[in-house]
Amino acid sequence: MDATILGLLLLDALQNGVIYGLMAVGLVLVFAVTRVILVPIGELLMFAPLSLVWLHSGKLPGTLALALALGLLWALLARGRGGLWPLLGGLGLFLLFLLALKAPLLAYPASVLLVVYLGVATYRVFFQPMREATVLAYLIMAVGLHVAYQGLGLVFFGPEQYRPAPLLSGEVVVGLSWQGVLVLLFAGAAVLGLYLFFRLSLYGKALLAAAQNRLGARLSGIRPEEAGMVAFAIASLLAGISGLLLAPLINAAYFMGFMLGLKGFVAAILGGLVSYPVALLGALLVGLFESLTSFYASAYKEALVFLLLVPALFLQSLRARAVEE
Amino acid sequence: MKRWLLAGLFLALSALAQGALKVGVVVSATGPAASLGIPERNTMLLIQEILERTGGVAGRKVQFVILDDASDTTQAVRNTRRLVEEGVVAIIGTTTTPASLGMIPVVTEARVPTISLAASKDIIHPVDAQRFWVFKTPQTEELMARAIAADMVARGVKTVGYIGFNDAYGEGWARFFEAEARAKGLQVVVSERYARTDTSVTGQVLRILARRPDAVLIGASGTPAVLPQRTLRERGYGGLIYQTHGVANPDFLRVGGKDVEGTLLPAGPILVAEQLPAGFPSKRVALDYIQRYEAKHGIGSYSTFGAHAWDAWLILRPALERALRRADPDRDLAAFRAALRDEIEATRGLVATHGVFTFSREDHLGLRFEDSAVMVQVEDGRWKLVRTFR
Repeated sequence: MDATILGLLLLDALQNGVIYGLMAVGLVLVFAVTRVILVPIGELLMFAPLSLVWLHSGKLPGTLALALALGLLWALLARGRGGLWPLLGGLGLFLLFLLALKAPLLAYPASVLLVVYLGVATYRVFFQPMREATVLAYLIMAVGLHVAYQGLGLVFFGPEQYRPAPLLSGEVVVGLSWQGVLVLLFAGAAVLGLYLFFRLSLYGKALLAAAQNRLGARLSGIRPEEAGMVAFAIASLLAGISGLLLAPLINAAYFMGFMLGLKGFVAAILGGLVSYPVALLGALLVGLFESLTSFYASAYKEALVFLLLVPALFLQSLRARAVEE
Repeated sequence: MKRWLLAGLFLALSALAQGALKVGVVVSATGPAASLGIPERNTMLLIQEILERTGGVAGRKVQFVILDDASDTTQAVRNTRRLVEEGVVAIIGTTTTPASLGMIPVVTEARVPTISLAASKDIIHPVDAQRFWVFKTPQTEELMARAIAADMVARGVKTVGYIGFNDAYGEGWARFFEAEARAKGLQVVVSERYARTDTSVTGQVLRILARRPDAVLIGASGTPAVLPQRTLRERGYGGLIYQTHGVANPDFLRVGGKDVEGTLLPAGPILVAEQLPAGFPSKRVALDYIQRYEAKHGIGSYSTFGAHAWDAWLILRPALERALRRADPDRDLAAFRAALRDEIEATRGLVATHGVFTFSREDHLGLRFEDSAVMVQVEDGRWKLVRTFR
């Protein structure tokens, strides 16, 4: 291995790593606030570019119907108490999609908003009604949703991959495309934005409070349902935008999201599912490890990457305390 | 899906009353292999339509009972048991290799002749007591690997790099290609793996580039086969790039775009039917199938996979006619199934869409390499015939 190869591998590691990092941040955020391990985050990520491709080819994606159906359920569950919001949101989304059919540029925000709406509706319809459940029950629900959304993805978008046109084409230096730079910039902006959000805004502080002690947060007037919805919204926003930026580099297909989400999960576990910076570092580590193993032992890459979980879990178990739920 | 099942069942019941011949069909119309299974199902429905118009086989009605296995081995086996119980005379299917392998013990035990639509050589080789009842129509990986190796030799390639799926498809291709390459004096200098769901293959591609092979073979199927090729091009690889016949669908061209220009791949001759030379045996049959399929599903809708199902029926139909002269399925179903199996094995020189079938006691694939594989190149986003082996 010489310096050129090492350089290219490191660039590859960085590009993959930041995506796992964004997934990991989303997972940690959702877990901290709601105790849900958001397994279907990979599906949310893929729904964005696939919906975009559908819009650009002049068709309404099936994901819109799914989002609207969940929105309707959301409104029914709310029964008057704020039931108007999901209906209005759904209507707005539908109109935006009709407009986006004519205006290709509108398709980008439309697909991201669709994923955010879908993410929030998923929380409201599936997780919020079981808010007193155990982490295990949440996990079972999340895995079920992952299987369901992946199956629906196949029905909506078919078995093959799609590749939307990149926003920026060409390469900056060998091994790093402009689209890749966009991904890195977005990751940087997202991390900075989240930091500022949690430090400066009241909402962010409330979210942190809810994450740290839900009972205490409730006593000081923070509604956990609202905090959960915001957490899901942020996580799906991250997933949706990453999906749009990534798809021209990796090709989008209904089955592609799960592995991204799973590797993000490995990174989040490295951070103990609590720490954002460690999760980010963990993600870069996963990316680096993956890049190196794909060079040295590609046949065992997947196995080696997931083997990273073992030492991480071992360390976690050593310093684990009994957590008061 | 349920609609087809119900329709199939209903027709099957009504057929029973008239003493029609029932033929079971198992295909993967849903699940990961759906892009192969759907054209196969469409083809069987097309045949059903033609049979209804023209009055069946040897004056008897023929009824297809079409079941979906969802690309799942367990479901395929369950479907097979059901078909056996319903008294089908033969089974066509299924789409995928693992599921086809799973069906073998069931059809062997029940003594039902079966024509598989899956690729692997393991389904029909060796023809032992287990595989006595099993035939198949698609070319094996081995046969296609031979086409690639022959083309590489003709182009003066000495060293080859391989990158393939880390599943049965990629491993099978690595095994067969390495055997063919060794026989032809080619050297496989590097062999890498990646997953269908992988988002980056930079590491593997760098490793291949470091060895500077004259050509690279990508052992993958469908649109996930684009990623290694694009990465090779982006990293400035200038040698020949070969794909397998698993990419021979329009989606590969759509996703690949200009990144897959110049790709070489082996394929069944039907992929480029209209470009075949006039004397090519399967040309007329292939064009006939394409015309019938496109008349129903639109121009450009046909695929090489549906043609495998058509071939299965081309084999089964004359065998049914001959078997009907020897045994009566209404009186003795077991004897008829046995006679049908013997008649399928007795098929000689049958011209189909993918080649010419001649079965024997040792050979249940029946295809000759020269008639059943051609080399194709991607040119301006279309398949172009570059070599036949006749």
